[in-house]
Order: sequence, then C-alpha cells, then structure tokens
Amino acid sequence: MRRTTLDLWVGFFVVIGVAALMFLAFKVGNLGAANGGETYLVTGQFDNIGGLKVRAPVKSAGVVVGRVKEIRFDSKTYRAVVSLSLDATYQFPRDTIGTILTSGLLGEQYVGLEPGGDEAMLKTGDALQITQSAVVLEKLIGQFMFDKAAEGSAPAN
Amino acid sequence: MNGLLNFIRRLGAAAVEGVWRIGFAARFFMLLLRHSGQSLTRIHLTVREIYFSGVLSLLIIVVSGLFVGMVLGLQGYETLQRYGSGDALGVLVSLSLTRELGPVVAGLLFASRAGLAVTAEIGLMKTTEQLDAMDMMAVNPIARVVAPRFWGGVISMPLLAALFSAMGVFGGWLIGVVFIGVDDGAFWSQMQAAVDFRFDIMNGVIKSFVFGATVALIAVFEGYDCTPTAEGLSRAITRTVVTSALAILALDFVLTSLMFRGQS
Repeated sequence: MRRTTLDLWVGFFVVIGVAALMFLAFKVGNLGAANGGETYLVTGQFDNIGGLKVRAPVKSAGVVVGRVKEIRFDSKTYRAVVSLSLDATYQFPRDTIGTILTSGLLGEQYVGLEPGGDEAMLKTGDALQITQSAVVLEKLIGQFMFDKAAEGSAPAN
Repeated sequence: MNGLLNFIRRLGAAAVEGVWRIGFAARFFMLLLRHSGQSLTRIHLTVREIYFSGVLSLLIIVVSGLFVGMVLGLQGYETLQRYGSGDALGVLVSLSLTRELGPVVAGLLFASRAGLAVTAEIGLMKTTEQLDAMDMMAVNPIARVVAPRFWGGVISMPLLAALFSAMGVFGGWLIGVVFIGVDDGAFWSQMQAAVDFRFDIMNGVIKSFVFGATVALIAVFEGYDCTPTAEGLSRAITRTVVTSALAILALDFVLTSLMFRGQS
C-alpha cells in the first residue's frame, strides 16, 4: 500500500479513537461540568455518618453544589470529620446546617445543606456549626420497639 | 518409586523452563526498549504497524462493542426493572463498559486479531531466516522488526478500547432509549452523575494501556522465540492467544483490586 494512503488510514484511526475518548470524557463522564470552576473547602463534624462515601454529592434544595472530599475520624472528639468541596459559585451563610440524608429508600447517602440567616458567608477552612447525623435504621427500629413495649405495658399498671 | 522420581524430575524441568522463559522475556523486553529509538525516529515503520494492528482491527472492535452494549442494555434493563430502577440503565452500561468490559474484551479481541498476526509474521520471518539475513546485513532485527510492532500495539490498544466503550454506550442507548423506551434525559443524566472522569474513565484507559503493552510484548516475544519449524510456529501462535488471554484476565484482577478497592 502506498505511504500516503497508509498515513490517511492511520490518521483516521487516531482521530476516531480520540473522538471516542472525548465522547467518554465529556458525554459519559461529564468532565466539563464536574470539574469546572473553583471550589472552597468546608468541614463538618458528625456523630455518625452512616454509609456516606467520599465523592458523594452535597446538595442544597436538591441541587448538587459540591462533593464530599474527605472523611476521617477525630480521635479527640470521637466524631467523624467530613470535608466538603463546594462550588465557588454557591455561597452559604455561616450558620448553615449540614445533614446526612438518603436519596430514596435504598439510595446513596448525601450531605444536605440548609442555609441559615447569617450575614457572613462560609469561607475555605470554616466548619459547619450545626450538624445532624445519619439516621441509623437499627436505632430507629429499636426505639420504635421500645416505645411499643412501653405503650403495651402502660394500661396494665 | 522410579515413576515418582521421574514425575518429580519432569515437574522440576517444567519449573526451570518456565522461570527461564520469564527471565528471557524480561531481558528481551529490556533489549526491545533499548532499541526502540529507531521506531520513533523512523516513524513510518511504527505507523505501518498501527495500520496493521489498529486500523484493521477497527471493524471487529466496533461491531463487538455495539453488540456487547446492546446485550448489556437488554439484560441490564431486565434486572433493573425488577427493582423499579430501569432509569439507571445508563449507569450500569457505562460503568461496566468503561471500568471492565471495554479494556478486557477489547484486549482479548486485540490479542486474537492483531497479536496473533504479529506472532505469525515474526515467527515466519524467523522460520524463513529473514531475521538472520537482516542480522548479516547489520540491520538489527529487534529495532527494525520487533520494536515497531510492539509500539504499534501499545498505541493502538487504548484507542481501540475507548472506541469499544463508546460503541457499547451507544449500543446500550440504542436498546434502552430507542427500543425499550427509557427516558433519554434520565439515561444520560444518571450516567453523568455516576461516572467520574478520573476514577472510572482514566482507570479504564490505564488498564487498556497495560493490556496493550502486555499483549504486544507477548506477541512479539512468542514470535521471536518460536522454534523455526512449521509445528513450532503453530505452537507459538497458540501460546500467544492463550498467554495473552490469561495475562489480561489476571492483570485485570490485580489492577481492579488496586484501583477500586474499598471505594464506592
């Protein structure tokens, strides 16, 4: 085969290979939207994070405003420290409440932010003052059974 | 007693032979890397090999990717539907393709389509003493014949795997959205929310790169190492396919356990 035809075919191959990679990156992986823009880091301490994972979404009013960057355990306070990387286009008041919620009954867990009324906004390095832990199903069922038992025994006395 | 001794002796010979081959392959690899300069300075040698291992594998990769994606779409929808989450079809199709099926299946196809051809070509060159003739003319056969074929494979494989995954996602979309009627927006948006570029797609690309290098190395090594007879050549070709397939599957397990351990 002549050299120019060969080069043409190989060029064509490389172009569609790279195009496939671009398709995976932008259409499947949503690269442009996910990593665009600057972020700022906020931490929050939780008594129990349940099944929260790194890279889980941070939502406010149902809109994704950031991602969970890091989860570690503070051995002084015995609480979980969750670092949230928030999109810089979204600003939240300093008294924002962080809650760990579950999407749907069996869905993934995410961090919900409920804005407060403070004038000052959260900056990098700030900590969420008020947090609410994940609901642990076993505790909830245990409490329910305890309440039922108490209810059942009350009229007898 | 004698039979037992003989058995142990044969076992030992097989072990020594195996270790010797691994060592020879490692030294061959170093030699190949040292003589790779020419395949970059005389780039048309490598371009020619990309044509043979990459461009000629396009059709089988595209068609297989499409069918694998369509089967994933049908089967995945069947199962997801039972849990009432048929919308998550895009997530299932894209994650299984970019993380596992793309690199692995494309690697297996690449081994049997391109790797085999490389082994046969180099083996036949050795059998007909063309490699020795080159050596006599002071042309290094590793630099002139082996290295371009190796680099051609290394460059082609990630592109083929990406193409396979992209075609698979398209096939899944075709079945899920066009034929079954999953909502188009939910299909793409759930996929985009679940697939991470660095975590899922880049790891898939790294995998396909590793598989490409492995298959290309096995193919050129088996060709170069083959016994220069018709029978030896056929055995070398068989070994290329078997060893490549085993190496891809074993390496895939190792890479997966390194990349995705304990996460999501």
